[in-house]
Amino acid sequence: MEENKNIEFPQVLLDEVQRVISLFPEGKQKSALIRVLHIAQAHFGWLSVEVMDYIARLLHIQPIEVYEVATFYSMYDTQKVGKVKLEVCRTGPCMIEGAEKIISYIEKKLGIKEGETTSDGIFTLKAVECLGACGYAPMLQAGEKFHEHLTEEKVDALIELYRQNPSANYMGQNND
Amino acid sequence: MTRKLLLANDHIEGIQSYDVYRKNGGYAAVEKALKSMSPDDIVEEVKKSGLRGRGGAGFPTGMKWSFLAKPEGVPRHLLCNADESEPGTFKDRYLMEKFPHLLIEGMILSSYALGANQSYIYIRGEYMYVLRILEKAIQEAYNNGWLGKNIQGSGFDLDLAVSPGAGAYICGEETALIESLEGKRGNPRMKPPFPAVQGLWQRPTVVNNVETIAAVVPIINEGGDAYASIGIGRSTGTKLISASGNINKPGVYEIELGITVEEFLYSDKYCGGIKNGKKLKACVPGGSSVPILPHYLVCKTAEGNDRLMTYESLADGGFATGSMLGSGGFIVYDEDQCIVRNTMNFARFYHHESCGQCSPCREGTGWMKKVLHNIETGKGKMEDIDLLWEIQSKIEGNTICPLGDAAAWPVAAAIRHFREEFEWHVNEPVLSQQRNYGLVSEKKFENVNA
Repeated sequence: MEENKNIEFPQVLLDEVQRVISLFPEGKQKSALIRVLHIAQAHFGWLSVEVMDYIARLLHIQPIEVYEVATFYSMYDTQKVGKVKLEVCRTGPCMIEGAEKIISYIEKKLGIKEGETTSDGIFTLKAVECLGACGYAPMLQAGEKFHEHLTEEKVDALIELYRQNPSANYMGQNND
Repeated sequence: MTRKLLLANDHIEGIQSYDVYRKNGGYAAVEKALKSMSPDDIVEEVKKSGLRGRGGAGFPTGMKWSFLAKPEGVPRHLLCNADESEPGTFKDRYLMEKFPHLLIEGMILSSYALGANQSYIYIRGEYMYVLRILEKAIQEAYNNGWLGKNIQGSGFDLDLAVSPGAGAYICGEETALIESLEGKRGNPRMKPPFPAVQGLWQRPTVVNNVETIAAVVPIINEGGDAYASIGIGRSTGTKLISASGNINKPGVYEIELGITVEEFLYSDKYCGGIKNGKKLKACVPGGSSVPILPHYLVCKTAEGNDRLMTYESLADGGFATGSMLGSGGFIVYDEDQCIVRNTMNFARFYHHESCGQCSPCREGTGWMKKVLHNIETGKGKMEDIDLLWEIQSKIEGNTICPLGDAAAWPVAAAIRHFREEFEWHVNEPVLSQQRNYGLVSEKKFENVNA
């Protein structure tokens, strides 16, 4: 992850973008947009207007087509966030199993409120809706990783893990 | 002996990999189909099987397939709906993570049946790690000649790819899914035209749930009649149930349709009963959208018959005393749970997930959330309960897509069955903040303050 100054993918990600585009018929490259925005967010940290404009150029679509998608889907950040987003599910079954306790534990531990980012820029805490882990509640998602059956001890351990290595939350080879 | 058709090989180490899957009978259905069956034969077997959409609607799959328009020279598409976002539902994730090749095999069979040469799996963005599992498995399938040109010398071509969403419950609605796959906001389309006529890129399209597509594999292996011999009436075959909430053994279970709810809830084979020796208070049997059932209507119908895990029996009594099988998201509540709080939680979910196109849903879900929040926090008035009822009734049926209904039903059912608990919150603004209401009595209001 880096600041949004050099808005350009390295070659390996440009190749990945081409691979994603090639999954769709010719002229339907806009279908690659959602995937490419995920790649951009993982690489640049968040989706600034400059990043979105760059993606529009890459896919040969209008910037507005990127903006309207980036603002519709809840996984995209159009504001700067921490390197690791701790997204605690708070819907139905997770609520029953104590999601709120987990959220307030993390709030206390990190000294931030839900929705905020730690001053070192590492963690952002978010309460989110159902992530499809209802039987393994309470849970949180960090990047691509699911952490389930959460306890305070588990939260301690995963915060320590990500503090040491913020990029441990991505498992894909295609992300930096 | 309970038969398992999808998760039968659950215990086999490494079943995710192509080699192990293949060694255990994997891709035999594709071999059989491409060698000895026409596309119409497959449609016929699926019709015979009685398979119904496993995503929630329960529409007969064979019939859905037969609606697909086949204009000359226009490509058709099969899309797999792996958007799984209905609260309480996590079965497709389990299936894809554990059996990626089963889904791929089902996609090949179904695409062949529909004459689709380019198919996609649309998966929710949060399941990115599952997408990577699927992409690896797809690559293995290409490498072994099960995807690509002229599959196994049959002349049938199929390209298969996975494409993610990015956090939007609405994209599980099939036309929103199509919009999203086209790289747009997930706003559901007006119907008609139906996707079967104009779907992805305006081409004829079928959208099926992960579990539905996976079920085609055992149907082809063993025949539609064999599949239909499991189950009761129009609820045939097996179903994956995601069990969560206050139970001893949450998880994903494959059941034969037709077992009793009582067996599913209390037997050690499945949920293993209520956790910590508590009493059952309520159950949402089919995902957050379906009506909640109070404890006395969970294992028995209003007539006192055993409630079965079937589309029909769970719906017995209509919305007055029944619910729906839905996506099979089975959420259990014990005596300590607060129905008002749970209803508020779901209302907030639907408000968050409304795409905003239709005013009844966009505004109504927000109003329901606000009113429920007031009642839940002890700031509600008695007339708020009627207001809530009125709002939900004005959302239902008045929106482009079923999200409006899905938002209205849980609120309606909660008021229908737990009205006294709502009233208690209004009458006891202080006490209701300190403890929960407890069990609902059968019909009669019990004075819990005594």
